[in-house]
Amino acid sequence: MTNTAEPLPQQPARSKWRDVWDQFSKHKGALIGGIIFFTIVLLVMVGPWVWPFEANEVNIRLRNQNPSWAHPFGTDQLGRDTFARMIAGGQTSISVGIAAMALSLTLGTLIGVAAGYYRRLDGFLMRFTDLFLSLPILPVLLVMMLLFREPLSEAYGPENGMFVLIVVSIGITSWMPTARIVRGDVIALKEREFVLAARSIGTKDRQIILRHILPNVLSPILVSATLGIANAIITESALSFLGLGFPPDFPTWGRLLNDAVNYLQLYPERVLWPGLAISLTVLSINYLGDGLRDAMDPRIRGR
Amino acid sequence: MLTFTIRRLLISIPTLLFISLVIFLLLNLAPNDPMAQVPLTVPPEVKEKMREALGLGQPLYIQFAKWLMQFFWIEPQVLVDHYFGTTFSEGDLRVISWQTRSPVMDIVIQRIPQTLWVVGMSYVVGILIALPIGIYSAYRHYSVFDQAGTFITMIGYSIPPFFTGPLVIVIFAVQLGWLPSTYDTLHQVIDWDSFVVQLQQMVLPVMVLALQTTAQISRYMRASMLDNLNQDYVRTARAKGLSEWTVVMVHVLRNSMIPVVTVIALGLPAIFGGAIITEQIFKVNGIGQQLIGAIYANDLPTVQTLTFIFAFLIVFFNLIADILYGLLDPRIRYD
Repeated sequence: MTNTAEPLPQQPARSKWRDVWDQFSKHKGALIGGIIFFTIVLLVMVGPWVWPFEANEVNIRLRNQNPSWAHPFGTDQLGRDTFARMIAGGQTSISVGIAAMALSLTLGTLIGVAAGYYRRLDGFLMRFTDLFLSLPILPVLLVMMLLFREPLSEAYGPENGMFVLIVVSIGITSWMPTARIVRGDVIALKEREFVLAARSIGTKDRQIILRHILPNVLSPILVSATLGIANAIITESALSFLGLGFPPDFPTWGRLLNDAVNYLQLYPERVLWPGLAISLTVLSINYLGDGLRDAMDPRIRGR
Repeated sequence: MLTFTIRRLLISIPTLLFISLVIFLLLNLAPNDPMAQVPLTVPPEVKEKMREALGLGQPLYIQFAKWLMQFFWIEPQVLVDHYFGTTFSEGDLRVISWQTRSPVMDIVIQRIPQTLWVVGMSYVVGILIALPIGIYSAYRHYSVFDQAGTFITMIGYSIPPFFTGPLVIVIFAVQLGWLPSTYDTLHQVIDWDSFVVQLQQMVLPVMVLALQTTAQISRYMRASMLDNLNQDYVRTARAKGLSEWTVVMVHVLRNSMIPVVTVIALGLPAIFGGAIITEQIFKVNGIGQQLIGAIYANDLPTVQTLTFIFAFLIVFFNLIADILYGLLDPRIRYD
């Protein structure tokens, strides 16, 4: 007689997310990146309630001030407080980033799951993805800005119209990598035993996808989410920088950078603030994504 | 391999046609009137005539067919005529810019050298810097050099060219005054001094673009070297008594270059796209700036042609990357 009973586990089982967090917190860059990113988000969201100046408050007597205690980043050519404008710009830039990322992720996941799960759709959807990958993104975005700016501004007002346009155009030109990654993972998952077991007890396709497939492709989706925010912020800033983004009186980081470039000879330090804000945000998000990728990968985890 | 190449070539034709159709429809179905800038005092029938003169009166499919014919049939003829002095294209209507009323391709040809000089040079410089960094940081994995290299590539990834551009202008052109902030296209290289001036005006845009290239390629190079350094054949090569230099720089490097070469090919069209912003900052009048100018001026034929050229470059370099992959790596067989 052999004793087949396994020894009882002494400690409670560790959840997957606990493991992920342990690995993530070991990655110093990712941790610092995450902290910096959330600080920026917090600053930008709470800032307008705390800061005494409005972003569009013109005070022509105080124009072109150097940094001082009242105006830590100085004022611009119309006497508007640069720090207040940076906060307002950050609000726009980060909201655009998050909204565009959400749209592109939704599209990418939908198409990826559809292509991976339903063989009939695979060929067509992947050709479609390849086609979108061959589009020159920046020129196409510029063209979309040119063509749809006025009608949408008329329909939803200059700011909301532009917001919708920028989010939608960035969203529909950046879903392709997510779709490809998700498709690859879904194809591999679909052949696994637990999916077969689910199917054998008569689970509907919709339930299989929602219950069994999606939770398992969550980690690549999360990683592309972080990179998607960074990408969207850079793209929005690039459009605003080229003067094809938000209207001039509506600050975003790219727009502020564009305004600052006009005063490059006289006030070169003005370029620094929006540029640093964009770069710091994107850098922290990239580190966050790097750490997440390592933490989510069970092969690297625990090393 | 040949069958694969031919099949890929054949697939890229409908892809390109479809892309040109998408761009065409995007431009023409958008709620946008090219006559919007014409003063209101111009009577409607005159406006209608102007519209027809721009080729806008006809149905969409005829406009599209005409553009295709002009771009794929007449423009090559013009090129042949230019080089061999023949007269195939005489009297044929070419793709005309609404902005300058001259053929779009003529302007493109005038502007491509500037773009190629700046972009091409930056790509070469970027690769030359990236490869040694990638090799060394993989070889000394987790060393200080590796950590610093990773940090610098992260920064290169994260800082967009529209920030590095103004930044280097502030530092090197405004504060230090060493280099010019704009690119003078009319400058001609005739002797050593003018060559130095040309170099000076190229330094800043090339530096900005090269930073992006370096960041991407050194990362790939490092990852690819790391994959190969732990392979069995490396141990075998060391066991045979080959010198460390031969092992790393011949055996490992050659195998690691396979994915990197394809990444280099794939990155070329993207760098053209990135050059739009850099050209705008440094006032290089290349094709990127032509596109921006055409977009501001609502010049649809130019926008359509240039966007299509960018799309063509992407499809073409994708094809090259696929073929290179097959040629360089005997394990990969497409048939």
